[in-house]
Amino acid sequence: MDDLLREFLIETNESLDVVDVELVRFEQEPNNTKILGNVFRLVHTIKGTCGFLGLPRLEALAHAAETLMSKFRDGMPVTAEAVTLVLFTIDRIKEILAELETHQSEPEGADTELIGQLERMVQQAAAKAPAGHTVGTLVPQTLQRPLRPGEVSLDELERVFRETPGPVPASIAPPAIAPQAKVEQPSPAVEKDEAEGTVASKSLRVSVDTLENLMTMVSELVLTRNQLLDIVRRHDESEFKVPLQRLSTVTAELQDGVMRTRMQPIGTAWQKLPRIVRDLTAELGKDIELELHGADTELDRQVLERIKDPLTHMVRNSADHGLEPRADRIASGKPEKGTIRLSAYHEGGHIIIGVADDGRGLDTRRIRDKALANGLATEAELDKMSEQQIQKFIFTPGFSTAKTITSVSGRGVGMDVVRNNIDQIGGSIEVHSVQGQGLSFTIKIPLTLAIISALIVESGGERFAIPQLSVVELVRVHGKSEHRIERIKDAAVLRLRNKLLPLVRLSSLLKLDGDHGIPDRGFIVVTQVGAQTFGVVVDGVFHTEEIVVKPMATKLRHIGMFSGNTILGDGSVIMIIDPNGVSQAIGTSVASTAAAHSDADAGQSASAESTLSLLVFRAGSPEPKAVPLSLVTRLEEIDCKKIELSNGRHMVQYRGQLMPLVRASDEVKIRREGAQPLLVFSDGHRSMGLVVDEIVDIVEDRLDIQVGSDRAGVLGSAVVRGQATEIIDVGHFLPLAYADWFRGKDMHVADKERTLLLVDDSAFFRNMLSPVLKAAGYEVTAVSSAQEALSMLKEGGRFDALVTDIDMPEMDGFALAEAVRGEQRFGEIPIIALSSYSSPESIERGRQAGFHDYVAKFDRHSLIAALKEQTADIIQAA
Amino acid sequence: MANANDNAAAELTTEYVTVTIGDHLFGLPIFRVQDVFVPDRLTRVPLAPPEVAGILNLRGRVVTAIDMRARLDLGARAPGAPVMAVGIELRAESYGLLVDSVGEVMALRNGACEAKPINLDPRLSRVAAGIYRLEGQLMVVLDVDRVLDIKNGAVAA
Repeated sequence: MDDLLREFLIETNESLDVVDVELVRFEQEPNNTKILGNVFRLVHTIKGTCGFLGLPRLEALAHAAETLMSKFRDGMPVTAEAVTLVLFTIDRIKEILAELETHQSEPEGADTELIGQLERMVQQAAAKAPAGHTVGTLVPQTLQRPLRPGEVSLDELERVFRETPGPVPASIAPPAIAPQAKVEQPSPAVEKDEAEGTVASKSLRVSVDTLENLMTMVSELVLTRNQLLDIVRRHDESEFKVPLQRLSTVTAELQDGVMRTRMQPIGTAWQKLPRIVRDLTAELGKDIELELHGADTELDRQVLERIKDPLTHMVRNSADHGLEPRADRIASGKPEKGTIRLSAYHEGGHIIIGVADDGRGLDTRRIRDKALANGLATEAELDKMSEQQIQKFIFTPGFSTAKTITSVSGRGVGMDVVRNNIDQIGGSIEVHSVQGQGLSFTIKIPLTLAIISALIVESGGERFAIPQLSVVELVRVHGKSEHRIERIKDAAVLRLRNKLLPLVRLSSLLKLDGDHGIPDRGFIVVTQVGAQTFGVVVDGVFHTEEIVVKPMATKLRHIGMFSGNTILGDGSVIMIIDPNGVSQAIGTSVASTAAAHSDADAGQSASAESTLSLLVFRAGSPEPKAVPLSLVTRLEEIDCKKIELSNGRHMVQYRGQLMPLVRASDEVKIRREGAQPLLVFSDGHRSMGLVVDEIVDIVEDRLDIQVGSDRAGVLGSAVVRGQATEIIDVGHFLPLAYADWFRGKDMHVADKERTLLLVDDSAFFRNMLSPVLKAAGYEVTAVSSAQEALSMLKEGGRFDALVTDIDMPEMDGFALAEAVRGEQRFGEIPIIALSSYSSPESIERGRQAGFHDYVAKFDRHSLIAALKEQTADIIQAA
Repeated sequence: MANANDNAAAELTTEYVTVTIGDHLFGLPIFRVQDVFVPDRLTRVPLAPPEVAGILNLRGRVVTAIDMRARLDLGARAPGAPVMAVGIELRAESYGLLVDSVGEVMALRNGACEAKPINLDPRLSRVAAGIYRLEGQLMVVLDVDRVLDIKNGAVAA
């Protein structure tokens, strides 16, 4: 293609995009002459270039649009109709440009109708406008246009640029003056350019290919430098050391610089949105305001390309499905104008993009019905799901709840594609919706795809890179470590701070060896993808390295496990693991368990309602018994020969200590041979083994104790997996092992017993925590609601500390804390919040409400530590 | 006229790089060959199709190595046997065809190229562009694009 033409196409397309945005802005601020001037100048440039390149069709169109716009300048009222027409003209120009790009010539055809429309609009304006303003300008123009499209308007242009009020001689002057005007005309424009655009004149257009090439070369340089550093490192005394150091610094700077050239403000991806929203406003008959925040946030061009379409799609969705029709909004007391808000900001190595609207939000029930109808989940499964889990179905392929298919959206290709695109660039998307109030998506994506920090691991004799962004932590397991791999049937899990992580061995996932078992020792890379956390078992871990990502060859791209490959400093090539692929491979069963975990953690519903990991076992009777898994420290199978009888009690040597064994019920017989299953409970350095007959399974279920119990050791009965199950009271068994368990080892710390008010709506947790806290030396008063606690305090109850649950019906923990802080006489009583979920936001909220500390519900150690710290303060203060 | 053109075309020559794969002689059009190199430090790619021997670093480029023995179903190479690679570029990606040895460059008349026999092994037939009768042996001309047309997973037999 002709260089000149190519340049023209690039430039014009860019200008048109700007015109789109500016025109929409202009419609909203019709008095802003600066915007109009801008638009005008751009259209005029396009027209001028078209004339120069001999593109009559484009020229005529641009000219007609320009004429109409010049009327705006003369004070013609800016109507939506007129702007629509100009936008339509610009669309037509774009179509012609697209043709031009493929065929290198203007397509056949004429735009007489469109031009006619534009002219009629001009005439209308003329009729309406005060006569004095339009003398002479119109008539010669309409007459002359068919002859020389570009000529006459120059008179007018000149007038416009000069800003001379009233009719200028040009309008009376014959066309003969035109050439003179032509000469004069550009200079004011250029001046204007310079005044506004000193930055523009300093910038330079570079093709993307050149940048990509540069990037590749820099990557090469980085690798070569790494190799050199490697060599020099082996020689102590080397004259190369100093220059190499310099080379290294320069390389790093160069790398940084080249990376920066690839960065673009996210605003470029948003550029088309105002226009889209404007068109939708007209099409859907809704009033929509588009807010854009952080448009100058920069990110890698490659990433930008990938999120452009998803963002557009989401904005369309919000406008079409999210925002209600005007009447509905008024009826529900919302402002008539709906708002769609896009925001972007940096956070660590990520960019966070939010798309939010204040519309009707997701209709969870419809999603639920649809999921059921599509066979994505059974009724029973859906019953167990939290709202947020159900909302996640919108990311399933072919899922659309739109009742009607509009031209805007609702064709069933939607959020799944959005999620795929985001997945591919290693990002994650989360949805948050409140029915009737709005819907928001949060997208988290890495800043760049080209150079990432990765953890180098070994598995099955090969090295692999795992992107550091998705690595949460590294856990080393061996026989004696704190964390151990446990097995429930065939599934291996790792218990890590009250969370059960599904484990998968990288080598078996990649079919590197025939062995599918998980060894008892090794390294576990705790990996997070979206809301899922899982452990990847590897044989070895080396170090982290900044790696240059090279794309997978097309022939290998179908392997979902890898996102690319890279060349290490030593010159070898290794594969980069795609955590998304791994998480998908682990399978949906694990995924849903993990999701249930995180959602239970999110504390969406009251604790008694949320699901809990329960360890189901049998002891003494065929009926299952259960205990919250979080209370169990370890599952053991002890060789019966190791069980000793001492002082009339069964003991076992366990980790260098004697551990007393207690039977879970009187009917349980301690075995004489084979292996004896045990549940080990530990507190500090003490451990107790609860003897059971058989460990059945670990299930995720709600814990809802329906029938209480008078029997010692049993809290009550609950339905677990559709079966009546006895929930055992661990608090009963602990003193059976150590008589002084409840008196605790920290007793000597306190001169007098400190008092504690425990607030939790769940009877289970009250029963669970009371013995634990008693064991730590507190006198515990447990109440079941915040109101009860408040009235106790008001009646003069004195407590050294208040421990409260967050999620409670009617009055939650935050409200309680605020109420307590609001009353002067309660003083500075320490308040510790208990929650199954501790996100930074909730912790921050807790601090504002007046919590002194924020502890995870199952984390007994932290709770006791927090209590000690808080009550110690009191003692010191006293 | 048409005849003269045909004759002219037949007189034109194409240069081929000859390679041996499992006792067979093959020819690759030289304009498709980027370079010839000794594959070093091959990284195997788990879950890849069997024809993909692995990936390697060739002067800073990641090259996908295709095991031609597996591709043509000519049996596995003996361990420790020498191996060479012919570098090919396809749509801006680099590939290395692993062969047993690389021979000379031959200029052969286009007219002498014969159609492949219909009873040729189907696996070979799919990637063969034609056959030359050389002194004492046959040389199968490989169609590079078809050689690299590896479907995801296994190639249908």
